[in-house]
Amino acid sequence: MASPYLPNTDADRRIMLQEIGVGSIDELFQDIPEQARHAQFQLPAPLSELELKKELGQLAGRNASLDRYACFLGAGSYHHFIPSTVEHIIGRSEFYTAYTPYQAEVSQGTLQAVYEYQSLVCQLTGMEVSNAGMYDCSTAAAEAALMACTIKKRGKVVMSNTVNPTYRDVVRTYVEARGFSVQTAEPNSPVISDSSCLIIQQPDFFGCLEEIETCVQKAHDVGALLIAIVDPISLGMFRAPGQYGADIAVADGQALGNPTSFGGPGLGIFACRREYLRQMPGRIVGKTVDVDGRPGYVMTLVTREQYIRRERATSNICTSEALMALAATVYLAALGRRGVRHVAELCYHKAHYAAERIAKLKGYSLVFSKPFFKEFAVRCPVAPSRINQALLNERIIGGLDISHIIDKAMLLCVTEMNTKQEIDRLVEILGGF
Amino acid sequence: MNKHYLLPDISQPGKIGCSLPALDVPESKLPPRGLLRQDLELPEVSEVELIRYFTALSKLNYGVDTGFYPLGSCTMKYNPKCHEDIARLAGFAALHPLQPEESVQGALQLMFELQQCLAEITGMDATSLVPVAGAHGEFTGLLLAKAYHQDRGAKARKKILLTDSAHGTNPASAVMSGFEIGVVASDSEGNVDLKSLDAMMNEEVAGLTLTMPTTLGLFDPRILEISQLVHDRGGLLGADGANLNAFLGQVKFGELGYDYVQLNLHKTFSTPHGGGGPGSGPVCVRRSLADFLPSPVVIRNNGMYKLASPAKSIGKIANFCGNFGVMCKAYAYIRSLGAAGMKEVSEHAVLNANYLKEKLKPYYHLPYDRPCMHEVVFSGKRQKARGVHTVDIAKRLLDYGLHPPTVYFPLIVEEALMIEPTETESKQTIDVFIEAMKEIARDAENNPEVLHTAPHNTPVKRLDDARAARSPDLRWEMRT
Repeated sequence: MASPYLPNTDADRRIMLQEIGVGSIDELFQDIPEQARHAQFQLPAPLSELELKKELGQLAGRNASLDRYACFLGAGSYHHFIPSTVEHIIGRSEFYTAYTPYQAEVSQGTLQAVYEYQSLVCQLTGMEVSNAGMYDCSTAAAEAALMACTIKKRGKVVMSNTVNPTYRDVVRTYVEARGFSVQTAEPNSPVISDSSCLIIQQPDFFGCLEEIETCVQKAHDVGALLIAIVDPISLGMFRAPGQYGADIAVADGQALGNPTSFGGPGLGIFACRREYLRQMPGRIVGKTVDVDGRPGYVMTLVTREQYIRRERATSNICTSEALMALAATVYLAALGRRGVRHVAELCYHKAHYAAERIAKLKGYSLVFSKPFFKEFAVRCPVAPSRINQALLNERIIGGLDISHIIDKAMLLCVTEMNTKQEIDRLVEILGGF
Repeated sequence: MNKHYLLPDISQPGKIGCSLPALDVPESKLPPRGLLRQDLELPEVSEVELIRYFTALSKLNYGVDTGFYPLGSCTMKYNPKCHEDIARLAGFAALHPLQPEESVQGALQLMFELQQCLAEITGMDATSLVPVAGAHGEFTGLLLAKAYHQDRGAKARKKILLTDSAHGTNPASAVMSGFEIGVVASDSEGNVDLKSLDAMMNEEVAGLTLTMPTTLGLFDPRILEISQLVHDRGGLLGADGANLNAFLGQVKFGELGYDYVQLNLHKTFSTPHGGGGPGSGPVCVRRSLADFLPSPVVIRNNGMYKLASPAKSIGKIANFCGNFGVMCKAYAYIRSLGAAGMKEVSEHAVLNANYLKEKLKPYYHLPYDRPCMHEVVFSGKRQKARGVHTVDIAKRLLDYGLHPPTVYFPLIVEEALMIEPTETESKQTIDVFIEAMKEIARDAENNPEVLHTAPHNTPVKRLDDARAARSPDLRWEMRT
């Protein structure tokens, strides 16, 4: 049967070949060496739409999805509520089937939405300027480190050992690829004098919140930039990087209206001080006017970008995860000032309720006594993997097993998605060990 | 929209666009005041105002669903609706990346099979699905080449060769991965200048990055000689796979002598571009490079799918295991087409491009007059002689309700117009575009003013880029 995605008929094809002046489509491939032209492909047989939906539906059904399982897992990917408005707006094909807005006159929808996104990110982080978005938090942190090396003309990057281990791995890959070096330090150790930046995470990988000002001061004292990795939802309650003096702030925007989606796509939020604007990687949208003086939006400061500057670009990045950024924009607008704060408070109080109850269980204790937001590390009486197995049998996704870092410890995350009933059930099962 | 406004303009204190549950546990003590923020200035809008605002914005956009979108090198093909639905199934979208492996066997199986399908399609042995974009895949491929040479003790290979027609990401990715760059010239036919390559390909060179077909939309008939030369001198041949749509289901990169290939699932495999992402840029490699792939890859062990780190992995390049949501759509595309369906894709892509080339050849300068692959590059230099630039042609197309082609790229073609119709467009649609281009060519002769002032009926007219860059206005501010 004809393919729904190939609209040319046999008659069209005949006419077109005639116009081109060849006898067959094969003749158009004459430049390809004969010996490579007839490859054989072992691929599954084609499926109709109905068969495809059935088969992939079955594959999806084999996963323990978070609509059917309670989830207490975080560590960089967060199960938060997504209002229907978000799905409906990003589901408009005028948005999702468009390309990068190179033709500004017919891309004002995307461009204005990016301008809104940049504004909302600045409001949330307290930073002065934001780009249009990057791949995810880890690569945004890596690009921030490279940017600091460029600005400071120093090749040494220092990371706190309380930064998410995966983020540290990604930063290392990027920084070492350029021939620069990375060092991991205790959060309270002095900053190395010739380092380009200090990277900290707030709340840190273990969920803890610190007074950041001393870190910022220490970094600035040696002329290094302070790069803060933050949880955007936490900013509904807690001080923003712009308020404690960070030079660059990065975050994962997945938490803002994007599903966990097995880890991707994410959204790298990237914001900094205005003085570093021209060293910033990624796309930036600016407001301007058209020839009639009407306001409009364009991609701007493009001389930083690869398609203009090639090997002298600030980064090779092209994508801005625009659809994820649009979701974050709609999410922040839908929740607004009070909603974002409310979600943060729900996370905070529910996480503390869970932590207090678990800490009272025999054999369990909180690893840290510092303030925390929605994640906390718990020392367990048995291997966390055993507990997680029991939880899974009860349709609960348990915390992250971090026993390779802290003996018998589990990193739990509680969000507004977890009801009191779910938390009580979690505590009950934990109490059985 | 008649009046221009932004979210703060419609914001009013007390409104909200979403209802949220009340707290169902006792309140806990708040942390020290020094940690808390006092102000959070975000707009406040009701749900209906929110929806109308963003719906109005969407109407200012042009997508593949709006009409013809022949952006060269970008493969703006139609995005099947059922693939969107599949990726949004809770069983795929609502999965946490760190869940126990036994609870995500369906997702891991999909990734495992996608790895295998992409390796088969490219004629390679192993695949990494981790790179989340084309440029990210290029970066990954180059890190693999670097690790491969270092592993063999060939530390002096610090240079990557590129062609003068290469995408801008190619040199930028080479710098990010710590390489120096050498630029190989193209010859008068648009092919790699073998003399130039021969002179440059020495023991300092790690490899050659070569888009195939090239960014001129041409297949280099001496590709086997090129790969032979690169390999004889100890280098690797890497593909920027942006143009795979030209020979999907017909030719394998492996049989052309490539060692690694970066793909764009958002181009060839029909996942939508999202207005600038998310994409997905997997890398397929020969066995000799498989041990270096980034972590993680999906393996099958005793009937169970697992995430694993290859023996000499270059490490982590992203948070988790890649853009899974995009992978679902690409996998659905592969399963819906099968091998025969893929061959038809590239046949129609090439047929459409050649038809368009022949029909427009009398009106626009064609710098390389030979069969093209999935796209054709014209030059606007005939019109330039009349004072009309390629940008004017592009802007005038907007008045016809058509999206312009890629312009001013590749850099080696003066006033370039790079047109990629894709296989999902019908002859009727392409004929409409051809007629518009003919009229524009006539106007360039007789009525150039209408081109200089175009577009005339878009939501805004030409925008002042210089002003935007001179005094950057990048955000609004809201204060109490």
